[in-house]
Amino acid sequence: MGVVPALPVAVPLLLAAALVGLSPLIGRRQADTLALAGAVAVTALCAALLVDTAGGPVVYWFGGWTPRDGIALGVAFTVDPVGAGLATLAGVLATAALVYSWRIFEAVGTLYHALMLVFLAAIVGFCLSGDLFNMFVFYELLSVAAYALAGWRTEDPGSLRGALNFAMTNSVGGFLVLAGIALLYGRTGALNLAQLGQSLAGRPADRLVVVAFLLLMVGFFVKAAVVPFHFWLADAYALAPIPVGVLFAGVVSELGLYAFARVYWTVFSGPLPGGGSLRAVLLLGAVATALVGGVMCVLQRHLARMLAYATVSHVGLTLAGIALLRPDGLGGAVLYLVADGLVKGALFVSIGLVQHHLHEVDELALRGRGRHLPWTAALVVAGALGLAGVPPFGTFRGKALMEEAATAAGYPWLAVVFVAVAALTSAALLRAAGRVFFGAGGGTARPPPDDVPHPRVHPTLVGPAVVLLAAALAVGLEPGLVGRVEVAVERFTDQSGYAATVLQGTTGPDVAATPGGHPPSSLVLPAALAALSALLGLALALGALLPGRLPAGGLTWALRRAWDPTAAVLRALHSGNIGDSVTWLVVGMAGFGTLLALMVR
Amino acid sequence: MTPAVRRLVFLAAATVAGALLLWGLTGLPPYGVYPGPYGDVLNQVAVAERKATNVVAAVTFDYRGVDTMGEEYILFAAVIGVAVLLRAQRGEVERQPDEDAADRRAPATSNAVRVLGLALLGPVVLFGVYVVTHGHLSPGGGFQGGVVLATGALLVYLSGEYVTLRRVRPVFLLDLAESAGAGGYVAVGLLGVAAGAAFLENVLPLGQPGALLSAGTIPLINLAVGVEVAGGLVLLLSEFLQQTLVLRRPGEVT
Amino acid sequence: MSLLPYLVAAWLFLVGLYGIVTSRNLVHAITCLSVVQSSTYILLLAVGFERGGTAPIFLDVPVGTKAVDPVVGALTLTDIVVGATVSALLLALAVQVYKHHGTLDPERFRGEQD
Repeated sequence: MGVVPALPVAVPLLLAAALVGLSPLIGRRQADTLALAGAVAVTALCAALLVDTAGGPVVYWFGGWTPRDGIALGVAFTVDPVGAGLATLAGVLATAALVYSWRIFEAVGTLYHALMLVFLAAIVGFCLSGDLFNMFVFYELLSVAAYALAGWRTEDPGSLRGALNFAMTNSVGGFLVLAGIALLYGRTGALNLAQLGQSLAGRPADRLVVVAFLLLMVGFFVKAAVVPFHFWLADAYALAPIPVGVLFAGVVSELGLYAFARVYWTVFSGPLPGGGSLRAVLLLGAVATALVGGVMCVLQRHLARMLAYATVSHVGLTLAGIALLRPDGLGGAVLYLVADGLVKGALFVSIGLVQHHLHEVDELALRGRGRHLPWTAALVVAGALGLAGVPPFGTFRGKALMEEAATAAGYPWLAVVFVAVAALTSAALLRAAGRVFFGAGGGTARPPPDDVPHPRVHPTLVGPAVVLLAAALAVGLEPGLVGRVEVAVERFTDQSGYAATVLQGTTGPDVAATPGGHPPSSLVLPAALAALSALLGLALALGALLPGRLPAGGLTWALRRAWDPTAAVLRALHSGNIGDSVTWLVVGMAGFGTLLALMVR
Repeated sequence: MTPAVRRLVFLAAATVAGALLLWGLTGLPPYGVYPGPYGDVLNQVAVAERKATNVVAAVTFDYRGVDTMGEEYILFAAVIGVAVLLRAQRGEVERQPDEDAADRRAPATSNAVRVLGLALLGPVVLFGVYVVTHGHLSPGGGFQGGVVLATGALLVYLSGEYVTLRRVRPVFLLDLAESAGAGGYVAVGLLGVAAGAAFLENVLPLGQPGALLSAGTIPLINLAVGVEVAGGLVLLLSEFLQQTLVLRRPGEVT
Repeated sequence: MSLLPYLVAAWLFLVGLYGIVTSRNLVHAITCLSVVQSSTYILLLAVGFERGGTAPIFLDVPVGTKAVDPVVGALTLTDIVVGATVSALLLALAVQVYKHHGTLDPERFRGEQD
């Protein structure tokens, strides 16, 4: 018998309670050790679950309540490689975050450690759950922990306002999910994903199903920060403490997309099959998110905000892969998501290093001051290349699969979007790296004299970034990975097979794994596209750093005429005001809803 | 956006969104007709299977017990969060509230309020304990009873005895109570795993429906939740009161 | 009128959102959020209602009496706890924001310019 799926959730929760209850007896070092041990244990358990699920999903009924006559009485965890993989990613990122915060973080007794463990437990529960209301409960638990962690730095009013916006907007998103659940429950009397899918599978979608889908989709897209539900993200992610930012950028936004994919394929793929019009609606959101995020990323001077907007734009790219509504697109999206999460985690740690040594996060104020931080410079440049999707990073593999799926589905122009957005996000980071570590470009700081000694390299600060980047490389290089992902997504998208496994306990139809999988027919085109992204990014970065060297003339002038007003409009829209975020949420709901309703007519 | 523009945009969008919502809601079965199988099946079998006469409690703590565990930890995380967010910042000092009683403009609590508040304290606490322990039999349960217990602390504050409460309030004990409640829930769940069954499986003897000691693990979990909710809410209350009444920047009056 | 509870739920939802969007005081906005939340309670409980059914507590009535759905009761209980805790966190954030800015009016906060 394999690992009990309840353990990766129960262990950190119990540990968190112990840390708070026994806090007078626990010193800083013990708290750090215990929390780290908890995170490592969760990672190990989830990795073991990942291995267990190679032959098919593992279904675990809490309280021993197995289904009767196809009616689920209790709550189930349905563990499959995608869910277990995301849970393992969360464990790895949490471990990295806790190593980073070892001894230097202002922890308020044992409360930081307890909150991080609860946060991790909620993420794991969310990924493993097979019951819609149970997913909602874990969604709220991870949100509550996130609100408290985001507002940690109470001496910074920007951080508090960001946490307020985060909490208000995401709470509304949560209520939308709950309303969707109520609608589905009213129709089917079920909360279990498999049972819901079976109940809805017979008939085509009617108005209730469409509106329930809209509510759930908008609710999860708020968490994922898809445009126009993303206005809360920048302040919250950028001003949160660095170890918290690692988890936020690395896995939390992606959870919204995971939930959307899971709920779509298990519940809605029967009544709302993956036709052209649904794909178009989703792709619209994906492309808008990718482009808005990319442009805003380039406009930032605050290093962490750059990463926050890079998160938004890469969420758009991942959603594009999912929006194709095919297994191969989903497979690419999953690979991309995991590798990208690792790279962003490493980048957050690198920014933390800059902050730690130089006590500043504004790019212009840091010009040239990073000359004596060779390790950090290397990490940031490597991270920027990872964001661009350059081989051998895992992001390259994911993008290659998504591009091939897009072409097969009839959307070859999607590759252009991928190239452009990857160029934008990597350009922002390369520009920042050039300015901070090489002193290029303008700025408000005076570069330090050359005889300043190199600062001590702290292993607990640099180590996590190195390990995370190495993991992103491993995702890109491991040979059997693509094959295993393909098997996993075949099962993920098979609604009736899933329902049979969960409700009747039959193992699904055998999905034969081709050794080595079906790699994209040729890696030449994707590699060329990735190289193009990186070169474009470099060009954009250099263009920003050395404007005097730009060729004067028509093209530059035309670009500037298009760029400046767009930038001004976008900047004005992202005001950080709560009323604005909620208004755009409703606008997005109305817009997506109208499109979906027209589809069903 | 300026407030006026925002209002217009919102109203336009909300009209469309509202219309869509209503369009979808009309697809529900008519109000008063419950078609789905879940509730009916549980109403039939829960009492016989779990010997608990309050089926809602059986659903909350047994059939869907893991949801409630998550919910309990939401309260736990929120209490920690508030403690973190309201912690004393650099430069703030604690000043005892009775030190500025002399300049306080509000009148001291009248004797009538004080007597009534303290007289009600006993019955409220007793009622809270009753609701918690009888959760599996009649309406109520850990959450509801825990809130009633926490209002006992609120009564003490309202009776003007906050200063006494502060001296007597044992933060350490409240923390311990809250954690014991939260951890206790998980421990009961692991009890099932240790017994070779599933997590949160009801492995204790079930007794007879209607008896106080029945329904296996349900009253135990009820108790854990009641303790946690009571401890957590009293902590929340004391954090906010501390922030409002006690923490002062140097030189600040009231 | 079999549509009335659903109308009430939709109305509360939108009115609460309107309150948040046009709010000039953070505490008011947080209270409007709980109005939005109460719409979900009504929706859940209305969905599970059985006309002529009693509460699903079988202490005094025999098993088999027509009763309303117990599951939505459990779901609403969870929802209430979630809402209360989020309100507590938001209020704590509002307290700290007030200390920094001296005001609770969201229009008077300057957003982070970049």
